[in-house]
Amino acid sequence: MNTPAPPEPDHDSGPFWVALDEERIVLQRCAGCARLRFPPIGRCPWCREPRSTWTPVDGRGRVYSWTVVHHAFEPAFADDVPYVVATVDLDDGPRIALRCAGVPDFGTRVSPAFVRHDGWTELRVVPDA
Amino acid sequence: MREVAVAGVGYTPFTRASGRPVLDLACDAALAACTDAGLDPALVDGVGTHSVGQDSEPAQAVATALASPGLRWVVDLAMAGQAPCHLVGLAADAIATGRAEAVLVFRALNGRSCAKVGSARFPGRGGPYRYPIGYGAYPMYIATWANRHLHETGQTTDDLGAVAVAHRRYAVLNDRAVVRTPLDLAGHRASPWVAEPFRVADCTREVDGACALLVTTLERARDLRRPPAVVAAAAYRAGPRPGLDLGAHVLTDDYTRNFTDLVRDELFRRAGVTPADVDVAELYDCFSSVVLMSLEGLGLCDRGAAGELVRSGALPVNTHGGLLGEGYLHGMNTVAEAVLQVQGRGGVRQSARHDVVVATSGALMDGSALVLTRDR
Repeated sequence: MNTPAPPEPDHDSGPFWVALDEERIVLQRCAGCARLRFPPIGRCPWCREPRSTWTPVDGRGRVYSWTVVHHAFEPAFADDVPYVVATVDLDDGPRIALRCAGVPDFGTRVSPAFVRHDGWTELRVVPDA
Repeated sequence: MREVAVAGVGYTPFTRASGRPVLDLACDAALAACTDAGLDPALVDGVGTHSVGQDSEPAQAVATALASPGLRWVVDLAMAGQAPCHLVGLAADAIATGRAEAVLVFRALNGRSCAKVGSARFPGRGGPYRYPIGYGAYPMYIATWANRHLHETGQTTDDLGAVAVAHRRYAVLNDRAVVRTPLDLAGHRASPWVAEPFRVADCTREVDGACALLVTTLERARDLRRPPAVVAAAAYRAGPRPGLDLGAHVLTDDYTRNFTDLVRDELFRRAGVTPADVDVAELYDCFSSVVLMSLEGLGLCDRGAAGELVRSGALPVNTHGGLLGEGYLHGMNTVAEAVLQVQGRGGVRQSARHDVVVATSGALMDGSALVLTRDR
């Protein structure tokens, strides 16, 4: 059984992954323009401010687009196909691409789900009922 | 400022397994471009190329293997399909200002038998959030854009099918093409899904091979073997937040417009033409959706009308069969086909009108484009 390679937390991403293990979502809030950033990086891509504060978000949002993946490009995902990767606009601002349980539609409301893997936790979304 | 032209093109065969070092492929294509133009390779004083990861050879290695007496100009871009038109533009700038006389621009790779870029992992700050979750291959990224684009413009997968069918019609006529079995809309609809809305028939085929262009002054090109393809304008554009790597587009707001929307006005203004003047369009097509988006972005049709334009056949698009049919030389072959069309050398695929040809390089956030025109 193949398993996906785990993320490699680093200076920028460490707090994000640690929080997921606790089933919390945190993102950097910019000290300059107050926007939330994703992916975590060292400067704000809107105002170039380096300082930020890790801030909890609820992970709810709307589906902007998605793809249904039928071909497993890596053996680790061969048992998963077909699966959905949704691009979600979080209510708190940032856009993020996540596995989605079920095929959504444009604008579908989604909520977070935390999926445990060996040694790390994946953030997914589930369409609201 | 001197005027600049593409004087010749060169290709190796496009294959599933070349069995040869990339350097050999690069040299063969480069020499073929010199022979095509009728220019002594010893007169080449500039080399430009691009690569993704470690999939090619440095420009200096090609100069070495071609026994170059010396270089005055070199460019080696760490860039993917956005590069070919940009490289021609950079070469044209160098030639126009007298910093080079004759420049070889090439792309060479064993893209089928060695590392495939379609499933490659790109270095950068965006990848660690995609690869562990199975969002890790280029078709998925462009599929996500395509899905939203079709939705907002009211087009469907049959419009993608129109692109695949039209491209295949040209590919059937192209000896260089790697996919030459006829395809109709029913065949497209029956093609297996890869990543919705893409089927196998919507995706380029990775190949081993090389393609090169010889760029020089218009004055010199007029004395060479082939009619000059005049470089009327080249431009590169990226909008805000073009991403942290090739697959990192979550910082982009609009997945329904690519770089062609940004590059259009500058490109045509500097070329001294309008979209209505375009006789042939050679558009980067790693996937069928990019043709729809780029036709709309360049203003060659209204937004949402690209599929209909392709179905109508009113504008010749990707007369080599595109990257979908000819094979994935990362779009250097797209530019080479633009040169052949301007030169009137397209054979059975030749457009009757070929005074103005537009070419693009790139699919999403950033890319480059080129207008080639006939001489005089």
